Amino acid sequence: MTEHGQPAAAIVVEGLQKVYPGTGGRAAKHALKGVNLTIPRGSIFGLLGPNGAGKSTLINILAGLVTKSAGTARVWDIDIDEAPRAARAAIGVVPQELTLDPYFPAQAALELQAGLFGIPKAARRTDELLEVLGLADKATAPARSLSGGMRRRLMVGKALVHSPPVLVLDEPTAGVDVALRQQLWDYVRLLNRQGTTVLLTTHYLQEAEALCDQIAVLADGQVVAHDTTDALFRRVEDQELVVDVSPPVSALPDALGAFSPVLASPTRLVFRYGQASGNVDGMLAAIRAAGLRITGVTTKQPDLENVFLQLVQGSASDREGATN
Amino acid sequence: MATLYRREVQRFLAVAAQTVGGPVVSTLLFLAVFGVALGRHAPEPGGVPYLVFVTPGLIMMAVLQNAFANTSSSLLVAKVQGNIVDLLLAPLGPGEFLTGMALGGVTRGVLVGALTALAAALFVPLPLANLALCLFYAVGGSLLFALLGVLGGLWAQKMDHQAAVTNFVIAPLTLLSGTFYAVSSLSEPFRSIAYADPVFYIVDGFRHGVTGHSEASPLVGILVVLVSNGLLGVLCHRLLASGWRLRQ
Repeated sequence: MTEHGQPAAAIVVEGLQKVYPGTGGRAAKHALKGVNLTIPRGSIFGLLGPNGAGKSTLINILAGLVTKSAGTARVWDIDIDEAPRAARAAIGVVPQELTLDPYFPAQAALELQAGLFGIPKAARRTDELLEVLGLADKATAPARSLSGGMRRRLMVGKALVHSPPVLVLDEPTAGVDVALRQQLWDYVRLLNRQGTTVLLTTHYLQEAEALCDQIAVLADGQVVAHDTTDALFRRVEDQELVVDVSPPVSALPDALGAFSPVLASPTRLVFRYGQASGNVDGMLAAIRAAGLRITGVTTKQPDLENVFLQLVQGSASDREGATN
Repeated sequence: MATLYRREVQRFLAVAAQTVGGPVVSTLLFLAVFGVALGRHAPEPGGVPYLVFVTPGLIMMAVLQNAFANTSSSLLVAKVQGNIVDLLLAPLGPGEFLTGMALGGVTRGVLVGALTALAAALFVPLPLANLALCLFYAVGGSLLFALLGVLGGLWAQKMDHQAAVTNFVIAPLTLLSGTFYAVSSLSEPFRSIAYADPVFYIVDGFRHGVTGHSEASPLVGILVVLVSNGLLGVLCHRLLASGWRLRQ
């Protein structure tokens, strides 16, 4: 703990393992294989990974929805085994699945959730949450009349009724429109500025890049990368520059050798580079130096699957190198 | 826990026509059928007019079935819809979880029973021999079936499972435990089987409270109700604490 009585790390997991037993003839699944992770207090932390990597399992263990097979987990310095109730009170979780209790409109649902967390009536934030999440005009509307975006916001509200120091968002913007996504991002940033540590899983690289201070990448139940967002993205050679040239060429001019482009067609060159190593100006100058005229330029943003692939491959070769 | 209890009560009151009105009307229809079909030829078990004899049985059947339906459907629907996470994420201990759910079931069972009794009293003279016994068996019986509902709701993964428990366990238990007839008039081995059935003591004890007539000792019945609830309560608590069929 720091001198303010707050822990340095919001979440610490060590050697975390989860094996789902095999059922119906299916083999057991080793979903987490000894995950170690420290999430600093006050950060927005991104947990990325392909489907089935173990992200939701990790989050659900922290939330108490899944029982771990081995290892330890602490939320706000509270061991989830030694004090499960205190640990649950320290964390707010927005699950990935959109769920709704049809019997209770938004206002009643928030009141009930606050009651389940033992929040006295006078200390409840129901009206404030309805307002800030844009649900004030739907407070008493039948639950089934809420749109998908409204339901997502209501779930965020339910996770915040007890003002938890740690907020977990499992794919918070999956399937929501661009405007709502931006709204949610703004609200996450606001919560973070107010002191809430945010852990989010996402499939959107743009989301992770825009929001997160640090990112960990999970693949096959293991952390294959963990770094600051900037450092992680610099490691990925996934920027693409496509240049259309004239006149057509049958082979790569020697002047371009330093950049190792691919000759996609006699009139198209494709350069791949990382954010750190990219020298677009140099590439364009080399094309001109080769006596070619530039007739068109397009760029391609990183693709999440490729990022995962590179990080996973990089991690595998690192481990291989370490054992050789 | 108080919030969970309120949630359970609000849930069934939100659809009161289905959860309270329906069972009251069904029970009265049973009563009408017996009255019309048997008329003057009705037996008088233990010297009690048949309609007076059968009414407490019908009331208790409604109490037990509704207590079971409340907890089992609440849990199963929450599991199927996914909003069970609202309860699992909250810092509720297994004891609080079980108490909140079970008391919701007891409330529905007793409410349905009270309304059914009031409505039936308009047509059948109910002496109400011992109000304390009536209340004990109504609360004790509904608690037992609310706990059974928790057990069924935990076990069930789909609506079909719940329907199977309701049709193949709860309905026979509530229909064949001396609800419509005196168990002492049964031939062996059915009489011995009935005496081994805890639900018989609940129906019989409640009937004693209403009519002053019973087949078994009310004290034995009280003991059976207390022990059955204790055993089932401990089992449900342990299952909830282990996360059985709730937490992966």
